[in-house]
This record gives sequence, C-alpha cells and structure tokens, in this order.
Amino acid sequence: MNLHEKLSTRNSLIFGIGLALLAASYFFPIWTIDLNAPQYPEGMGLRIWADEIKGASEHDLNNLNKLNHYIGMKEIDPDDIPELKIIPYIILFMLLLGAAVLLTKSKKLLLVWNIVLIIFLLIGLYDFYMWEYEYGHNLNPNAPIKVPGMAYQPPLIGSKQLLNINAVSLPGIGGILIFFSLAASFLPFVLEYIKSKREKK
Amino acid sequence: MLKIKLIAPLCFAVLFIIALSACSENGSTPGTNGALDTDAAEKVYVAPGEYDEFYSFMSGGFSGQVTVYGLPSGRLFKIIPVFSQYPENGYGYTPETRPMLQTSYGEIPWDDAHHPELSQTNGVPDGRWLFINGNNTPRVARIDLSTFETEEIIEIPNSAGNHGSPFITMNTEYVVASTRFSVPIPQKDVPISSYKENFKGTLSFINVEQETGHMNLAFQILVPGFNYDLAHAGKGPSHGWAFFTSYNSEEANTLLEINASQNDKDFIAAVNWKLAEEYVKQGKGKEYKSEYYNNRYNNESHTAVAEKKEKVLILDPKDCPGLIYYLPTPKSPHGVDVDPSGEYIVAGGKLATVIPVHSFSKMIKAIEDKDFITEIYGIPVLKYESVIAGEVENPGLGPLHTEFDGNGFAYTSAFISSEVVKWKIGTWEVVDRIPSYYSIGHLMIPGGDSQKPFGKYLVSLNKITKDRYLPTGPELCQSAQLIDISGDKMKLLLDFPTIGEPHYAQAIPADLLMDKQKKIFELENNKHEYGVKSEKDARVERKGNEVHIYMTTTRTHFKPDNIEGVNVGDKVYFHITNLEQDWDIPHGFAVKGMRTAELLIMPGQTRTAIWEPQREGVYPFYCTDFCSALHQEMQGYIRISPRNSSTKISFN
Repeated sequence: MNLHEKLSTRNSLIFGIGLALLAASYFFPIWTIDLNAPQYPEGMGLRIWADEIKGASEHDLNNLNKLNHYIGMKEIDPDDIPELKIIPYIILFMLLLGAAVLLTKSKKLLLVWNIVLIIFLLIGLYDFYMWEYEYGHNLNPNAPIKVPGMAYQPPLIGSKQLLNINAVSLPGIGGILIFFSLAASFLPFVLEYIKSKREKK
Repeated sequence: MLKIKLIAPLCFAVLFIIALSACSENGSTPGTNGALDTDAAEKVYVAPGEYDEFYSFMSGGFSGQVTVYGLPSGRLFKIIPVFSQYPENGYGYTPETRPMLQTSYGEIPWDDAHHPELSQTNGVPDGRWLFINGNNTPRVARIDLSTFETEEIIEIPNSAGNHGSPFITMNTEYVVASTRFSVPIPQKDVPISSYKENFKGTLSFINVEQETGHMNLAFQILVPGFNYDLAHAGKGPSHGWAFFTSYNSEEANTLLEINASQNDKDFIAAVNWKLAEEYVKQGKGKEYKSEYYNNRYNNESHTAVAEKKEKVLILDPKDCPGLIYYLPTPKSPHGVDVDPSGEYIVAGGKLATVIPVHSFSKMIKAIEDKDFITEIYGIPVLKYESVIAGEVENPGLGPLHTEFDGNGFAYTSAFISSEVVKWKIGTWEVVDRIPSYYSIGHLMIPGGDSQKPFGKYLVSLNKITKDRYLPTGPELCQSAQLIDISGDKMKLLLDFPTIGEPHYAQAIPADLLMDKQKKIFELENNKHEYGVKSEKDARVERKGNEVHIYMTTTRTHFKPDNIEGVNVGDKVYFHITNLEQDWDIPHGFAVKGMRTAELLIMPGQTRTAIWEPQREGVYPFYCTDFCSALHQEMQGYIRISPRNSSTKISFN
C-alpha cells in the first residue's frame, strides 16, 4: 500500500460518507442505559448525547436521581460532567481534520484521522467506564440502603442486575453512527489491500 | 292411607319437575339461565395484568359521586368526587376545592347524582368529558377524562330537582336539563294550592365551549307546570331537536301517586333548539334576575374559582311559535330515548301497557299539517295517531328506559316485572327477555344512546339486591348486572355491587381513553398561589396570626419537617407541593388533631390543609399515602407554643 498515493475519487466519496455519519452522530444519543424494575414496568432510562444527558422520557433523569438517593449515589447532573462540553469540539475537530483529508486527498492524513479517532474512542470508553465506576462506587456513607459489598456500577455494554433493577447498557444510534464512520474511514485501506493482493496474483 | 301417602309426594315431585322445566324454558329462576352458563366465567375473566374492554362510568346516586368500573370484569377503578365532599383526598375540604361545592345557597357537601353522559362528536362518544347532574340542588358537573377529576360545576337557576339532565346534543353543543319539580318562577311566597296559577317548569340549555369544555347557561324555556322527568337530544335527522318527558300534566300538588296518574296521556315536549337559537338572536328572550354559581377548577393553578352569576335569558313559548310541540304519550312517561337513526323516539310510559314509539318524520309532517288536537298554555298538542310509529306490545310491567345495540334492536328496562325486554325496531316485536335481580331502573349498552352503539354488553342497573349477596344488615348494596347481548339470546354473565344507587351509566372503549391519561401535572406549569417548585423555596412565613408553610414533598421527606414559632390561636396553612414528576407517586398529609380531611397531593400539584392548633405541645405530621420504601420515615413535627408566645418562626 502506497501512502503517498492520493485517495481515489471513490475512496474520497466513501470517507466523505463516513464524515457525514460522524456529523450525524451529534443528533442522536451515543449511548443508552435502560433500567427495568418491578415498579417500573414501563422502564426508565438515560440517553447520553455528545453534549448532554437526558432521560429516555421527560422526567426519567429526575426520577432516577430520586431512586438513587436511597443507595447514596451522587446526583447525576449533566453540568457536573465537563466531557459533555468537550465532546462536541472533538467531533468538530474530527470533521475539520476530515475536511483536510478530503481537500488534500492524502492517504497519510486519512491514516492519522483513523488513529486519532480510535484514540478518542478508547479514551471516551475508558472515561465513560470511570464515570460509571465513580457513580457506582462513590456512595454516600449515610445512605438509607447499604448492602455490604454492593456496588451499583452499570455495565459498559450488556446487562447487569443491580438489586431490583436490571440495567442494560448499549450504544445508541449516535454510537452506531460513529462506529460506521470509523468503518468507512477504514474501507479505503481495506479495498486497496484487496486490490493489491489481486494484482500480485 | 298408604296410597295417599305415596300419591302426595309423587304429585309434589311431578309438580316440581314441571315447575323446573317451565322455569328453565323462560329462564326466570335465578341462576338457571346465564349464571350457570359454562362460558360466563370466561367471558368476564380479565386475567391479572390485562385490561378491560370498556371504561364504565356509573352514577354514584346518593353518594353524589361517579364511579369508574371496568367491563366486562366489573372491577372498580376509581371513585371520582363530584358533588360530595371526599375526605379520602380532601375534595370539598381544601381551599383549592371547596369553591367547587359553592351554590347560591352556600356551600353544600352533598348531592344526588343520577345521569352520567359522555361528550359526543358526530353523535359518537369522543372521550373528552363526562357530564353528570346534581338532582337536589340543581347542578351539572363536567369531569375531564384525561385527569378523571371534576373540573366544573354549574348551578341551574329556576329549577327544582334537576332530574332530566344532563343529556347532550350530537356535537356537545348543549347539555340539556329539565326541572322535575315545577315551582314559582321566579320564586315567591305563595300558597301551595295555587299550583296551577303560579307554578312553572323550565328546560335549560347549557352551552359547552368546544376547546375548554366550559359550560354557560345559554337560555331557559319557560314551560307549563308539569314534572319534567328525562330527556334526550335528537340526532341525525332529528338533530336540532330535544325531547323531554313530562308527567303530572294534571298539575297536582299533593298525593301525586294518585292525582298525577289520572290522565290517560301525558306529554313528551319536543323542543326545536335551533329555532330557539334564532329567537335568542332576535332578542325574544327576557332577562330574569337569577342567582347561580359557575365553579371552575384549573389544572395549573390547581385551584377552583366560584363565580356568581346574576341573570339568565328566558324564552316564553307564547312569544316563540314553533318552539315546542307536545307529543301525547301514555301514561306518566319516564325515559325518552332516541334510536341510533334519529327517527324513533321511544317513551318509557311507566304505567303504560305498551311502549309507544314516536316517529320524528311523522312528527314533522303532523306539524306541517297542523295536525293538532288542542293547545295547552299556547303549546300545540299533536295527534297521537299522527305521530306514533308503533307500539311494543307486552313489554313487561313498568317500562322505564331504552338503549340500542346498533343492530336494529332496542332493550327496555321494566321495573315492576324486573326484567330487560329486547324488541325489534320496525316490527315492534318482543324477541327476548331476561330477568334482573331486582328492580332494574336504567340499563346501559356502551354507546347505547349514541348514533353508533358499541354494543356487546348490556348493564342492568338495579335498585334492590335482597338475596343476591352476603347480607350486610338492614342496608344492602345496590348492584349492576352484566348481560351478554352479542347473540340472539341475552345471557347473564356477572353481578357486581355498586357504590350508591347506580341510576344511569355510560361506557366507552378503553382505547379511546387509555392513551390520553395524564400521568403527572407538570411542576413547571404549577401556578398555585402558594406553590413552590423546589426545596430551596420551602419556607414558613407569618402574616399576623396566619402562618403559611410553603412545604414540599418528595421521596421520602417533607421540607421543612421541623417547624417552630407557631402559637395556639394561629391559623396554620400547610401549602404542600408534591415535587414528584413520576406517575403513581402521590404523597399524603395529615397532622395530629387536624379537624379536616387529609390531603392527597398528585405529582406536581399543590394542596392546602388548614389547622388551628388548640393546645400547646409538639405535633407530628406524616405522609398518609404509601409512597416508597421509606414512607414510614416520611414525617415531621410542628411545635405549638402558648398563645402570644414570642418563639421565633424557625424551620428546617
């Protein structure tokens, strides 16, 4: 694979679509946490967007905080989470960097774009995990309900039973769009790899 | 001797068998037909966690309230307080809700509620509102069907015994009401024996604003001093007309059971209300000074306001030709019901031997042909033979009310013979009958008085239960009976007791109401004068000897929950806002020695309890509605110091 070659029109188009998907991710929740309990047959949940945390329905965040105070979990207040102010700029940065890739048609720069996005995603997942850890473990010692050895960290991905509540954590539409965006930015390299293999034969 | 000894029991046995087989043929033995039907249980069984097909709204009768049942299960969901105080949630006790019970006679804690009526669009129940009458002190209430709470009550002046009410027109343009008792209008001190000279009736037309549901008394029509019993508005071709039964055309003022049962025929008054509107526009109405109240509850201020009105517009048929015609109807008619097509007007002549069915088109023709037999107080009386479409023979004794299934059949309740009689519209033949246990008054088919009955079930609303349930001393329950009308033969499915006497009822498919139910009141829209939107604003303020506590509730505490600086002789207002915004999380409130009802406060709502502490000490208050795991911890104290002490107001 020759990194000095320019991106073909087709590959530019593919990457352009990937960029559009990344931009679109801003308009959808990146991650979802859904909670089910006997008293909440209709369920309640959190929707984590690039720049805010909202309830799955209007008052869910408020109601969830009310329930969480029994176990001494810190109130989830989107204003306390600085990442929500940073992530939109990261997306904007990636879009600008992507625009540079399209202008220069530089494969090298595309590779850089890839690597930067992966780093951001890994940091993001780690950061998300740490917030979950923080909320799940850093409990008020005066909480009414104390279960020895019990932590309330929701899973990063998948489901977990937390006392009476079953928590299911999954990427949201925004998260899936980011994944496809990443895939789209890899596709030019994959296609070229296949092509070069064929040529060798 | 031996022979006789053998023959006697044998005879009895034969007689018994004959009796049994006879009974099972006509199904008149309790329980033999229907209740023992093997599939009856299956038809009324609504499995745990599943929903009923219909909401049914039953009048609470002398309880003054409305009850909400599921059909076909007969399960009670809610009692909606309407005309009576309800200590269970503070309705009629709190300053927010007391204005609902305001009348020109002052506050009244009770009434007698008879006829629920669902709002309609194009002649079909639309699930916006439910109306119900207060019989004793004439009033009509409107219940919002997204909150299941009473939002408005309007008093009806110049009326006494608001029985023929509230029946609505096809698009809920009007709610109509008639006065059961005629009285001097305007009221004055006259000898009762001057009845014929001084007593009058009124028919009232209450206009309904389509956006808000607000009721306004548009006009009243002054009518001869009979007893106006029940009503129904026309529909389809008869839209624009309303029909009112009357009895006591004898105008008796004493011993009515004899004196009002003499005339062979009384009347159905057919009122052309579209024409009445014209006459009102032409200025034919006269303004009468009449004091009455219109009370409205607001879901944002969470407070009712009682507004006094001073006058009403009255039309006199003498000045308004063509406004009313009398249809002669045998014999002290009770119910008047219009079939789904709008053509047939069925009267329940409670002492008659037939059910007379008038034809609307024949009535119009008779009016055009001036086919009158006489005039009474200037009102033309049409010729019976010219307006009658048919008579249902052998309809049972004491026919009262008729509902329709939309498939060409009518069902009439017969009080004295205690049965429901099914007959065919057009042929006027009785095709089936089923006993009720006992003494049926009204009956109800979902949508059965509309243009498109939903059918399937019929509910028999019974006055007497006698041996049907476990006895409970001298006072027994009243009851409803669910009857399957989906087949050719009616089948009894279920008995269930009701709260108070169920006069009339209405039912509507569940899916028309379920999705529009309000789950919470938005806290941000709370405009209560003393409401607060967050714990930060919870506080205590003294104004002279009034202490206003701006209190909040949330799982699981009151804020403030320790209050000091209140003295004997103070008037303490607990203004409590429930900060919850989660469905099914009301909180309750009561303080020891409080001489009023408790509060139930819905999420986002504010309610006030007024307490005048009588003795010094420290008094607990607590949440009365099990709200959460730590409900039992949801409590507080208020300290009461001696009269005129200088303890400073403090709270946390």
